[in-house]
Amino acid sequence: MWRFIKRAWWIITRPSAFFSLGFLTMGGFVMGIIFWGGFNTALEVTNTEAFCTSCHEMRDNVFEELKPTIHYSNRSGVRASCPDCHVPHNWTNKIARKMQASKEVWGKIFGTISTREKFLEHRLELAQHEWARLEANDSLECRNCHSDESMDITRQSKRAADAHERFLFTGEKTCINCHKGIAHQLPDMGAGGHGSGEGHAALLPSAQAEKAELLASTRSYLAQAAN
Amino acid sequence: MKHLRLAILAAPILLASAAFAQNQVATLRNTAPLDQQGEATQIPGIVNTDIRQVRNYPDQPPLIPHKTDNYQVDLNANKCLTCHSRTAVEVSQAPMISVTHFMNREGQTLGAVSPRRYFCTQCHVVQTNARPLVENEFVDVDKVLDYVHSKQGGAD
Repeated sequence: MWRFIKRAWWIITRPSAFFSLGFLTMGGFVMGIIFWGGFNTALEVTNTEAFCTSCHEMRDNVFEELKPTIHYSNRSGVRASCPDCHVPHNWTNKIARKMQASKEVWGKIFGTISTREKFLEHRLELAQHEWARLEANDSLECRNCHSDESMDITRQSKRAADAHERFLFTGEKTCINCHKGIAHQLPDMGAGGHGSGEGHAALLPSAQAEKAELLASTRSYLAQAAN
Repeated sequence: MKHLRLAILAAPILLASAAFAQNQVATLRNTAPLDQQGEATQIPGIVNTDIRQVRNYPDQPPLIPHKTDNYQVDLNANKCLTCHSRTAVEVSQAPMISVTHFMNREGQTLGAVSPRRYFCTQCHVVQTNARPLVENEFVDVDKVLDYVHSKQGGAD
């Protein structure tokens, strides 16, 4: 093995005695097109709805939830599929996202969300990753289609127009701040630390013993607040 | 016995005329015969004016003056409360859910929305621009009071 590597190194470090410079240049050029084109073609294949839904984790959970929403079925027949929202269009950012996505291959191999129960358990964490990503890039994937410059608020309902005027045009908020859950079901929003009482799971009655403990800790919290 | 025979003879005629009378009743079938497929009416549009409508009686749950398509209201999230909850109305300028929604069935006020008041669309509904099949003969309580007062003629 070591001898083979040494021999290969010896060959590629010496000038070519047999092939012409023109042949080597053209060969490199042609092979470059084939490899680079092949790489990008393969990359684009992973950027399709068919590829995303070839795994049951996506097909049975998030894809089913997308179907009744306006991004999948609507009056004008324009559809946003998985990569339109979840993969940046810009090449550099796309490669960065694809490298991150290698974690998802790991998850697929070890079955992190291989059942509905496991998926629901991880749903909040997964959603938070996407919200954080969209907040960080100012909802870039939304704005690939929905530009605030071409948005005619006179054709929106008064409620929508007011909200966009107050928060979107001033840059105070970005799309994802208000439009969470637009294409998929929301996780438990009460537990998500958003604290606006939107979720209901926290309101369900808990066990009696837990209640007594909670009462004691609440009393001490109130005493602290008073001091 | 004679009467019974007459009754048996008359029954089909009476039933047929009853069926004919039923045909005149306004239904979603639009008077299409039972053995034929009626033409489906267009799905009516949802009123989306954002203009609050008057309550027809004091206890009526206020109507929703906007679309609520695909609003998620379940164990995990309540889309309505993202605007109408106590803490959200400053940002959204939407009407806050009434204080009765924080009360449990014993009348005790809770810190958050009472579970029995959580599912908004059980009581609050959107309106469509559908043509009513039968005319609404509801009379507002104010009109009844006016009528009563006019009848009494200022006697009291």
